[in-house]
Amino acid sequence: MTANQRDNLFKPARGFNKLSERLVVFLFGLFAFISIATTAGIVLTLGFETINFFQKVPLWRFLTDTQWTPLFVNPQYGIFVLLSGTFLTSVIAITVALPIGLLSAIYLSEYAPARVRRSIKPALEVLAGVPSVVFGYFALLFVTPLLQNFIPGLQGFNALSAGLVMGISITPLVGSISEDAIYSVPQSLRQGAYAMGCTKKEVVIGVVIPAALSGIVASFILAISRAVGETMIVTVAAGQNPTLTLNPLVSVQTMTSFIVQVSLGDAPTGTLAYNTLFVVGTSLFLITLLLNIFSFWFVRKFREKYE
Amino acid sequence: MTTADPMQEQVSTQFQTSLPKRYQQGNIFRIISLIATYIGLVVLAVLLIDVFIDGISNLDWSFMTNYPSRKPEQAGFLSAWVGTIWLMVITAILSFVVGVGSGIFLEEFAADTWYAKVIEVNIGNLAAVPSIIYGLLGLQAFVRVMQPLTGGRTVLAGSMTMSLLILPIIIVATREALRAVPDSLRQGGMALGATRWQVVREQVFPLAFPGMLTGTILALSRAIGETAPLITVGALTYIAFLPPTWPIWEGLRTPFTVMPIQIFNWVSRPQEEFHAVAATGIIILMVALLLMNSLAIFLRNKFQKKLD
Repeated sequence: MTANQRDNLFKPARGFNKLSERLVVFLFGLFAFISIATTAGIVLTLGFETINFFQKVPLWRFLTDTQWTPLFVNPQYGIFVLLSGTFLTSVIAITVALPIGLLSAIYLSEYAPARVRRSIKPALEVLAGVPSVVFGYFALLFVTPLLQNFIPGLQGFNALSAGLVMGISITPLVGSISEDAIYSVPQSLRQGAYAMGCTKKEVVIGVVIPAALSGIVASFILAISRAVGETMIVTVAAGQNPTLTLNPLVSVQTMTSFIVQVSLGDAPTGTLAYNTLFVVGTSLFLITLLLNIFSFWFVRKFREKYE
Repeated sequence: MTTADPMQEQVSTQFQTSLPKRYQQGNIFRIISLIATYIGLVVLAVLLIDVFIDGISNLDWSFMTNYPSRKPEQAGFLSAWVGTIWLMVITAILSFVVGVGSGIFLEEFAADTWYAKVIEVNIGNLAAVPSIIYGLLGLQAFVRVMQPLTGGRTVLAGSMTMSLLILPIIIVATREALRAVPDSLRQGGMALGATRWQVVREQVFPLAFPGMLTGTILALSRAIGETAPLITVGALTYIAFLPPTWPIWEGLRTPFTVMPIQIFNWVSRPQEEFHAVAATGIIILMVALLLMNSLAIFLRNKFQKKLD
């Protein structure tokens, strides 16, 4: 190597390099700040319009009215009407998703041969990736007519088929997170139980599930919050009929489908209808936030640490 | 009178040797969990077949080249799929730059500071926020407050909303891709006198790039099916024009619609003919999704071979 070539290789330009490093760190740090700004934006947006709403409508009416008719001439603002619709569809969805999700997680991690596992997991990922508007189509135009053969009083829009299909749509979520939790239970625990003479089912129910409990509960809570916030399935299949009911056979309105309904009507800024969008959004946000906090607390308190 | 030894009684209840019965229970349990696993797959199959049967008859070239119409036989998907491409390209650019930048910052530059920890917790929380809330944020922040920039209910406002929605996924994927790059490479670069940024730029980034790309494509394939946040932001359900491609600034500030919203619009109509048209739209949407997922899997496989 000649001296000339060596000179070409060694070009420190330290001042410039330090400057560009600082610039990059600052710029990327700013990008990272966007995620915090998003949270702040959500809280500010919801909070600001919610305050506007409660300056026009007293809180006690929001909590005690038994009808939700914000767009009528004599408006009523009973949030429990929308809450009941959300509660109903979510409960149906969860009743479907939790057992099926957990059992399939158990099957895939404890029973399934590697070959079966390799082919089922991608298929479940496809199921998880199906857009919710497609599930809505399926619930309204396939599941509801099918169920109407067995259930005479079932309306064209109903909470039942929306909830059932929503349950199937969140099953892969429960399954994959529970499976991760089950997978991380150390083999020695299972072997210990086998050494005591347990059968495979007894090992799974008595040892593996309790050991993976914190992860499983986390997956359940995530599924609940997904069900509460799910929008298109309930908008398409459960209808737009705000009723204070727990009857799954009739049409209901959830918090999310109300937001869609008002958005489609293009509520002008500053009107009460515009404010209701955000007050319902705040209720939704608070519920999912509480679920999230509970999940965080539970996982920290009950996590089993191995090694 | 003799009383039974309590100790012995306790032992006999704990020690159940009826093995055949227990094995039988085990078998039943295995079969139940097997059935549960296949329920989801059966529903998926039924859904795809149902959509295919309903929608295939409408699928022809005019469906792809017509604008939406009041007459179901003339209704087309043109503005929807063109709008989706607009939205996806802009969202991909915005979210890739910001997401990868944040990921590199958190993983390579600020791994242990309080700032990084706050962002990390925050990203976890954002993942649990329902997508329609992002729509409300987009409505207020991008459609109302930033109207002079975005022009209201436009491609740009929709893309910005979508970018915020998928940002956490991309950041997490970026960090995982960076973590997979061995530390010895970084140390080698540093030993030669490179700055951190030079090491990241020349050594780490090229190796982690396919992983980041995979994560971004998967995030976009989630975004392509998202409907709720765009309804709130105000993507219209009836669009009979396309955004102009030149100048690009004009295109960004044009009202738009996307495939899921057009499908939603057709599903919500009472006429049955429109339901069939909706099914045709779903076929196109699912094919687009499948293509994106295959691309992601292809990239992932290629990437894995390289590291071995």
